[in-house]
Amino acid sequence: MLLSVAVTFVGMSLYLWSSGPVHANYRMFGAGSRKLFDIGELLPNLLHGNPIALIQLGILLLVATPVARVAFLVVAFALERDRMYVAVSGLVLAILLYSLIFFR
Amino acid sequence: MNEWMFSLVILGGSLLAGLLGSLTGLGGGVVLVPMLAILFKVDLRYAIGASLISVIATSSGSAAAYVREGFSNIRIGMFLEIATTAGAIAGAWLATRVPTRSIAIVFSLVLLYSVYLSFGRHGEERVPDNPWSNRLKMNGTFPGMDGKEQHYAVTNISGGFATMFGAGALSGLLGIGSGAVKVLAMDNIMRIPFKVSTTTSNFMIGVTAAASAGIYLRRGYIDAPLVAPVMIGVVIGSLLGAKLLVKSNVKSLRIIFSVVIFALAVEMIYSGCMGKV
Repeated sequence: MLLSVAVTFVGMSLYLWSSGPVHANYRMFGAGSRKLFDIGELLPNLLHGNPIALIQLGILLLVATPVARVAFLVVAFALERDRMYVAVSGLVLAILLYSLIFFR
Repeated sequence: MNEWMFSLVILGGSLLAGLLGSLTGLGGGVVLVPMLAILFKVDLRYAIGASLISVIATSSGSAAAYVREGFSNIRIGMFLEIATTAGAIAGAWLATRVPTRSIAIVFSLVLLYSVYLSFGRHGEERVPDNPWSNRLKMNGTFPGMDGKEQHYAVTNISGGFATMFGAGALSGLLGIGSGAVKVLAMDNIMRIPFKVSTTTSNFMIGVTAAASAGIYLRRGYIDAPLVAPVMIGVVIGSLLGAKLLVKSNVKSLRIIFSVVIFALAVEMIYSGCMGKV
């Protein structure tokens, strides 16, 4: 089990790396470009090549990394037939998703 | 100074913060927020947001290695995560309600406390297997000094759970990793071997921070152009720190670091009281 978890961890870390360094190079030159983080605007901004949107995407990916990690753990525990910890990690995942999506 | 210069300076500062944090085990977050807020005059809320994101970054990086080496106990981590993530949401919610001056003061107190914690003695006694530890499958082994697997069990789980909620709340409120509090909960309260505590704490930190991140994002605390250099700087800094760790004299570093943190804490309390933050 440890192996599968370790593999996913490594995968996640590498994924995270690829989105990180790219963004500094796309930094816009100019003051007053403090755009607010708006998920709805993100996709069209990205398609326009807006550098800030790119950074925002990187941040989103970064935040998603631990969430994906927990999701992988739910699966890993299920594969090990560890029902108790499927429930435990499932609960953590639920809390995470709640905070990210629903919380007002 | 124009944006490029500013970003570069922030990158450098964050690198230093990450380096120091990783070398002394006190974490980058506690240095980062005061540095950004006081030195660079960044609004405290943006500072906390940027710090939170970089905390996720550093945690994800090191977590993989520790799991692979067999130190982290994932079950303990996951179980306690229930408490930390719930706490993180509470903390983040508080952060949006509490005036920044109070946050600054709380932060300084936590700073001082972390310094105190870092000099503490670690619980050495192992705990025998007990019913709750068995029922929750928290027993584990880790590679001992002689290469043989060492067995351990866990105690006072409810105490640890409650403390973890506090750790999560602090993380959500202040944008730090709360690694020190997590290790405290595991090492002193639950009597988990130190190496297991620190490594497990490491991978827990990222998950905890992610819980508060969503709220921060929606409230606009995350300023992308600020976060980018901070994140990159801290990651590079902590990687460097990890490499240098073997060759450095940690004790003297820790003393220097503690003095710096103490000064920062005083500065923050002052700024908080004077309403400068």
